[in-house]
Amino acid sequence: MKSSTAIGKTKGSVLAFVRNYAMFIALILIAILFEILTDGVLLAPMNISKLVMQNSYILILAIGMLPCILTGDIDLSVGSVVAVIGAIAGTMMVSMNMSVPVTVAACLAAGLMAGAWQGFWIAFVHVPSFIVTLGGMLIFRGMTMVILNGNTLAPFPESYQFIAQRFLQDIPGLGGIPGIDMIAGGLVAALCVYMQANSYRKRMKYNLPAGSKRMLAAKCAAIAAICLFTAFWLDQFKGIPITLILLGALIAIYSFLCNKTVIGRHIYALGGNERAAQLSGVKTQWVRFLVFVNMGLLSAIAGLVFSARLNCAAPTAGMMFELDAIAACYIGGASASGGVGTIVGAIVGGLVMGVLNNGMSILGIGIDWQQWIKGLVLLLAVAFDIHYQSQR
Amino acid sequence: MAPCLLETKNIAKVFPGGVRALDGVNIRVEEKSIHALCGENGAGKSTLMNILSGVYPYGTYEGKIMYKGKECRFSDIRDSEKEGIVIIHQELALIPCLSVMENIFLGNERQTNGIMDWERTRMEAVQIMERVGLHEDPDVPVNKLGMGKQQLIEIAKALSKDAKLLILDEPTASLNDEDSEKLLDLLLDLREKSGMTAIIISHKLNEITRIADKLTVIRDGKSIASWAKGKDDFAEDRIIKSMVGREITDRYPPRPNRPIGDICLEVKDWCVGSPDIPDRLVVDHVSFHVRRGEVVGFAGLMGAGRTALAMSIFGKSCGRGISGTIRKDGKEIKIESVADAIENGIAYVTEDRKGKGLILMENIRENITLPTLKKFSSPGGLINEEAEANAAEEYMQKLHIKAPGIFQKTRNLSGGNQQKVMLARWICANPDVLILDEPTRGIDAGAKYEIYCIINELAKQGKSIIVISSEMPEILGLSDRIYVMHEGRFAGELPVDEASQEGIMRCIMQANSAKPS
Repeated sequence: MKSSTAIGKTKGSVLAFVRNYAMFIALILIAILFEILTDGVLLAPMNISKLVMQNSYILILAIGMLPCILTGDIDLSVGSVVAVIGAIAGTMMVSMNMSVPVTVAACLAAGLMAGAWQGFWIAFVHVPSFIVTLGGMLIFRGMTMVILNGNTLAPFPESYQFIAQRFLQDIPGLGGIPGIDMIAGGLVAALCVYMQANSYRKRMKYNLPAGSKRMLAAKCAAIAAICLFTAFWLDQFKGIPITLILLGALIAIYSFLCNKTVIGRHIYALGGNERAAQLSGVKTQWVRFLVFVNMGLLSAIAGLVFSARLNCAAPTAGMMFELDAIAACYIGGASASGGVGTIVGAIVGGLVMGVLNNGMSILGIGIDWQQWIKGLVLLLAVAFDIHYQSQR
Repeated sequence: MAPCLLETKNIAKVFPGGVRALDGVNIRVEEKSIHALCGENGAGKSTLMNILSGVYPYGTYEGKIMYKGKECRFSDIRDSEKEGIVIIHQELALIPCLSVMENIFLGNERQTNGIMDWERTRMEAVQIMERVGLHEDPDVPVNKLGMGKQQLIEIAKALSKDAKLLILDEPTASLNDEDSEKLLDLLLDLREKSGMTAIIISHKLNEITRIADKLTVIRDGKSIASWAKGKDDFAEDRIIKSMVGREITDRYPPRPNRPIGDICLEVKDWCVGSPDIPDRLVVDHVSFHVRRGEVVGFAGLMGAGRTALAMSIFGKSCGRGISGTIRKDGKEIKIESVADAIENGIAYVTEDRKGKGLILMENIRENITLPTLKKFSSPGGLINEEAEANAAEEYMQKLHIKAPGIFQKTRNLSGGNQQKVMLARWICANPDVLILDEPTRGIDAGAKYEIYCIINELAKQGKSIIVISSEMPEILGLSDRIYVMHEGRFAGELPVDEASQEGIMRCIMQANSAKPS
């Protein structure tokens, strides 16, 4: 009798584990599948490096998109904002020969302004975000074409490309330190382990199900191993890409904002029950406004990274990026009605799409079939999520 | 005696969660008669209507419905309409932008193979409109017409379905006197000319005594009395007594003798425009005050404007064109937003805990600290999770919230515990004035008692408390002083030792008949 309940319990906890980490597990399975299908090309150091750099701008957009989706909104204009930022950067540096720092600052300011423009209509005039950003999608695409006059501007100065094309070892001063990649990996591992231990301590304090000490140790060991191995593996090629560092920093900052700050709590509250949030004194209009301003800022960062990586500013840049970013959030467990979702989830969702893209490309599967499969993955992921939500 | 059209035998209905809404209702409606149902809010009238019209299908209730001598087992509203039982709800079910004729035949279109037959629609619409005395262009959108005419369209809609038995839920609640008269005349007319039978729910006793042939009083889910015109006396006093004749037992904790202090909050000439209907005031020049340590009850029927009054004071959260003055501790204050209200020590606990109160997908801690996060965070907005959790823990224990821990999602809590989480949220904000809107709606007796104790304790600490409740015994059991509100105005102010359920009801009824047209 006793043993059967124990088995039931472990079965239950395994199920719960699978549910909680479903997309993460799916990501690993997909990676293993393509690793086998591509004869080990997928996870080769060079390809991993490429994978990160190729997907970084989508992931950056997903980080900004998640708060929009949390408040129950959506932003369809991010692809066009990415393009307009590239166009501004191109015009300033290539046509007007302005310096890189001035250009970057101007681009970030432009992103903030684009976000403020849309946020104003959504938050204060109460035009649905779908319509405002659909308009924005056209407005900013049109603006890009006007600025570029239909041409493609290239090349960008070397220092501008640095962020998107270079590696940790290339940073002057740091590059000389032997084993810099491993040191960086070790630092991240230490930070992650500290955070795990800290949250465990807190969960214990409030009598929450925290799992055994052994589980914690295993989890910490796994995280440390992944961090160190990734650093080692990337070191086999050219080292840790600078984009990865940027991305890591953004993930850390925005996870912190979402979980540990008043504004983060207000975003979740607004998405969970807008009327209740209002009646609790949350300034819902300003929260919504800030969320869109932030989306503008992150679109600008993505625009900088993207144009630096392609080393050109083109009128068609960033087409359909918004859909990839939105899909990343939904695959990562965000709820379409708002209030539910995490930054890390959105990143995992983005990586699922990225690995699928990259794996199928290596296999030589055409873009037509890729679209099919990506569409189905999005549908199934959300259907799974809804099914699981309704069971609770 | 006229033949019986509809008869219910011992109808009982228990909602999930154990709330017994109906507990043995027997009514007998004779053919070609108008049968009135009276009862307090929550007596079970609407539940009964929903059972008769098939909204709650056969099998979800106990007892029998006999219609034209046969037992009915409706599985949905279409079944009952097929038999000729049509219900007209209190909130009109018209589509505002569609025309009169489209609304009349909505769901019952004049069509062949799915293609609209507009000529027939128009012709029959005009015929039916004639029957209800509505002389309008059938093409005019219904939102261009007044409430009285819209109510007539509802009846026309019922006639288009060949209604034999019309059930009207407070049909005159939103009409002025002239339109009410017209509607009542129409009902009498339909009974004479078409042999229509009607069941009418109304709080307006003067209307009931005017048109009803028979009257049944429902109290606490039971049919208490049934009287017929001519045989029995329809005196309003007798009806009221029968409606509220419940004893107040010790369901309320004793009110400790506490000192009542100075006036804490004073509201003068408060007016709130309706959010939906322009030029209509939902709160009409209301003035009241609350002292420190005092519990003030706002009694009244649903829709009397009590919630609009409370929410408009709480940071203009309801209504338009709000005017009037608020004084706190003698000083006039301006409250433009919820944040201002909280700043000034005013808190409001909503009646709609799932819709406007809790964030159900979040946990107890997050729900309690939502309005007061600033107290638990650094100036930069970084939350001190330890302080926050400690506070949540403290209030969870103080209010006896039963849950595994502060990280339990509020959606998984029972109604009573959810209500306590909302109370904890606002007690945590440490207000001087706490407005509680239906604080015990839909929760069990044990949790109710605990909430009453909390209210008394807060009053003892010198807080000013306003309780809005549609349950009169609750108001009488809790308050030191009672305001009776009716149709946006105060119909009376009663100290608790002079108040009784009959007294409150009489206040409302008098306001009804004294209403200027």
